[in-house]
Amino acid sequence: MPPIVIGAGLFGGSCGGDVTGFDVSCFRFILGSDVWFEPFLLVLVITVVAQTAGVILGFPLALARVSPSRLVRAPANFYLWLFRGTPLLLQILFVYDGTAELTNNSPLLFPITRNAVIAGIVTLTLNEAAYMAEIIRSGLQAVDAGQVDAAKALGMTRWTVTRRIVVPQALRIVVPPTTNEYINMSKNTSLLVIISVHELLQQASAFYSANFRYFEALAVAAIYYLVITSLLTFVQRRIEDRFGERLDREGLAQPGFFRRALMGTQR
Amino acid sequence: MSAVVKATDVHKRFHSLEVLKGVTLEVAEAEVVVVLGPSGSGKSTFLRCLNHLEKIDSGRIEVNGHLIGYRERGDGSLREERGRVVARQRAEIGMVFQRFNLFPHMTVLENIVEAPVQVKGMARRAARDVAMDLLEQVGLPDKAAVYPARLSGGQQQRVAIARALAMEPKLMLFDEPTSALDPELVGEVLDTMRALATDKHMTMVVVTHEVGFAREVADRAVLMDDGVVVEDAPPKKFFSKPEHPRTQQFLSKIL
Repeated sequence: MPPIVIGAGLFGGSCGGDVTGFDVSCFRFILGSDVWFEPFLLVLVITVVAQTAGVILGFPLALARVSPSRLVRAPANFYLWLFRGTPLLLQILFVYDGTAELTNNSPLLFPITRNAVIAGIVTLTLNEAAYMAEIIRSGLQAVDAGQVDAAKALGMTRWTVTRRIVVPQALRIVVPPTTNEYINMSKNTSLLVIISVHELLQQASAFYSANFRYFEALAVAAIYYLVITSLLTFVQRRIEDRFGERLDREGLAQPGFFRRALMGTQR
Repeated sequence: MSAVVKATDVHKRFHSLEVLKGVTLEVAEAEVVVVLGPSGSGKSTFLRCLNHLEKIDSGRIEVNGHLIGYRERGDGSLREERGRVVARQRAEIGMVFQRFNLFPHMTVLENIVEAPVQVKGMARRAARDVAMDLLEQVGLPDKAAVYPARLSGGQQQRVAIARALAMEPKLMLFDEPTSALDPELVGEVLDTMRALATDKHMTMVVVTHEVGFAREVADRAVLMDDGVVVEDAPPKKFFSKPEHPRTQQFLSKIL
């Protein structure tokens, strides 16, 4: 647990005064402390890594969910049932502490059981993959059946139809909800406080457990979360703008495009 | 002349609804057969059976002498073919849809090049040359780099015809190719189809409501009603002296 005061506060101030109500000086002190830098960065990195891995893992799960074969569908359905049906907090404890106990502290699992950050990323990824699978599945199923008919009629195999016709069209549908998931993920990282990952909430608790200034410490943590989500929202808007521009260039972005283009009715 | 299409006693049901109640139809090489009939008569379903977009419950369909979608077992019963084999069979049968179904994420040229490259393994450059020739043929050489959403319905349908022709099919199926078009755009699509029949001698099965096209271009007109072929005659006879009262009834409604 890091000490409360490392280096100079950026905005001065100090805690420990006998102030009732909001302690401005203490708030300034906590806000300006340079100890936030590390957890701030850690939250960003965990968010991007876990979410991106979740998207990648979600893809085969989604394809399995729409497979005509029950043998392929069943394990995917089970995975979703498991990970969407239990709390994320429980899953985090399960992966970090549960597996260690179950395997009697097997050194094979040390990368996970001895490293809370890795354990956290693994759990967030596994959990997110289940939700991404549903987002991607709905995208796949939103592609018009006529597209599949046309591709099949041209002699394409099921796999070619999926790869060349269905997935590219589904991706466009899936982009906005996926960028949303990045924002959700940044907040879910706070659950890793339970396995002592040195993220923002844990840093806040380090402050308030020393001086009992709960409001001030939590308010500062909230501000740093808002900085991260604002950053992600900015990136999201950029992606969707560029995405929209491309759609427009391709003549796809006019109102009612998807219905029209996918249904193939004329303009 | 050899039969390109040979459908025998084809039955097809969707759950409890029997859509095809024993359809038998032969189409000879270079022949144009127009299928007419009221909606719900099963004509589109029958067309979709010809390239196995729909499974059939009984009967058999042969195209160019090959059983479509099924393989015959020792005891004479039919078993559905593997996807890969069905795909190969479909590659030789072109199909044009009512709603065009161009791929919206690809340019016109990419739409046409896609199947020859992905299915036939054709070199992209050679496929491009073929595609440009075809665009010339359907009168849209300047639209190669455009995305389908920028085209009118008539233009989209002509591209869809070019896309099907790029696979060099031995048979072309048209499923109400002009039904989704504004009236003023119907002509350009029918002209393209007419050229295909008269210049290229393509074997064609056309489900349509375009009586003019049937009269001018078709070698035979067929009336389907309630899941069976009711009348099958050269257009001249079909439209002036139909044998079956249901044909007369149908014609009195549309003419």
